[in-house]
Amino acid sequence: MTRSIALSIVALLAVLFIAPLIGSTHIDFTRAFTGQAPDYEILFYARLPRILLAMLAGAALAVTGVLFQCLLRDPLAEPYTLGVSSGASVGAVVAITLGFGASSAASLAGAAAVLTLVLGIAWEGRRLSSFTLLLAGVTMNSMCFAIILFLHNLASLSQSFAISRWLMGGIDAVEYSTLGWLAAAVVPVCILIITRARQWNLMAVGEDWAASRGVPTNLYITLGYVAGAILTGLVTALTGPIGFIGLIVPHALRLRLGADHRALLPCSCLLGAAFLALCDTLARTVLAPTEIPVGVITALCGGPFFIWLLRSKRRSLWL
Amino acid sequence: MSFHAKDLGFNYGLAEATFALPSTGLVAVVGPNGAGKSTLISILAGLRRSYTGSCLYDGKEIRDWRRHDFARQVAFLPQFLRVEFPFTAEQVVFMGRTPHSNGWYDSPEDRTEVDRALEITDADAFRNRDFRSLSGGERQRVILASALAQEPKVLLLDEPATFLDLQHQVAMYRLLATLAGQLLVVAVTHDLNLALRYAHHVLVLDQGRLAAVGAAHAVLTAELITRVFQVQATVNAGWLKVEYDA
Repeated sequence: MTRSIALSIVALLAVLFIAPLIGSTHIDFTRAFTGQAPDYEILFYARLPRILLAMLAGAALAVTGVLFQCLLRDPLAEPYTLGVSSGASVGAVVAITLGFGASSAASLAGAAAVLTLVLGIAWEGRRLSSFTLLLAGVTMNSMCFAIILFLHNLASLSQSFAISRWLMGGIDAVEYSTLGWLAAAVVPVCILIITRARQWNLMAVGEDWAASRGVPTNLYITLGYVAGAILTGLVTALTGPIGFIGLIVPHALRLRLGADHRALLPCSCLLGAAFLALCDTLARTVLAPTEIPVGVITALCGGPFFIWLLRSKRRSLWL
Repeated sequence: MSFHAKDLGFNYGLAEATFALPSTGLVAVVGPNGAGKSTLISILAGLRRSYTGSCLYDGKEIRDWRRHDFARQVAFLPQFLRVEFPFTAEQVVFMGRTPHSNGWYDSPEDRTEVDRALEITDADAFRNRDFRSLSGGERQRVILASALAQEPKVLLLDEPATFLDLQHQVAMYRLLATLAGQLLVVAVTHDLNLALRYAHHVLVLDQGRLAAVGAAHAVLTAELITRVFQVQATVNAGWLKVEYDA
């Protein structure tokens, strides 16, 4: 457990130090660190904030993925498949159309609204149906997309450009102050969730199982969903919808680490950060100087992975 | 005295149940389908807190117990456990230690208790296997080990033998009878013969009401079985014979 967490930290640091070196223009480090233009600006105002944003977003999305999978006892749950990311997008697009820019409050409200709706639809008395949950998520995704298209049509040309750019799910260089408040929200929430790993283990088996072993289940259900909505909402407001991070990272890790959340949660958090930063480095270098939105890369990796999971889940269910 | 219920009820599932259970011994809860057996056991387990009437454990209303403290006293085994994630059998047993240690790491004491529990239930051989790959009988032993790792004073079981073959059913009840020397074991069961053979006390439920409660041989009479289960039966030398073409 300690060893895998240590390895994840090493991997994250490696990405943090190597990713800024890679890019369409070569930069000279002595020049950058002595504050000479343009190397200084490229390193500290273009690449580094972008990598840090990717890391915060990756960590938040991976932790949310583990949380949703645990609370719903469904390996296919994550913010994107449940429609929560789309809800956050609708919030953000509404805010853009009204002229506020992609505001976090609007994304947060959108994420929370869709999460409540999807859970409400899939609720069958005392339990949730995995099947209904995923179908509700898919339906929410298309409905949200329809609302976004409608708003897109109403929007002015500049707003319309802002919306479509944002919707591609991309990571841009942001101000350090923005990074600061995002970190101030994401880091404590992730730490709070990780420290309760023992309880999430029990919740991942079942609510009655957890309750009869001393876990106040209602408190943890609320904590999990509120934390998931906050993490998804805040990140989506800044990056647009980025899918499948919460699916790929935890599942790949479960194959190696097993299901114990004391290893799974911290490693997902750290490697989710490293993975999205890596995807974003690919996004800005593969077709340089053209950039591919990182959401395209994660969806192209994540889509096939999801289908593979769906098939292996079906096998374990019926065979 | 462990549990003390007075006019205990829950929605439409259970009504006006008044009984007291001893602090050790094996208690069988029997009754036809829908009689309220599972409802009763989950109230005792602290999982249904909106019951009416009163149900005390150790002199204190169950719904007023902190879950954490209650879990150090009372362990509950579900009828069936479906696990979606690759937990090993050992990790499932370690989960029973949660009410005793809230730290991040497992303590040496946790390890000792888990080893002991795995030994009692004879589940040590497959402790490192994925829980999902175990057979029904192996799973049940792991779940029992997890409950024993809680170091409980009361063990509540919802149909512990449903998914077991005959040999394992008998082995399970022998083990429960041994454990009942030091603990209170309350088991919901459909098997009246196992109840007659191993249980000290029997609670009979019928349509949400307590039909009878007392020592197994005194309660499980042919007359009561005919009345509650609607079958002709004779009780002979501690074994029950049922004539199916009643």
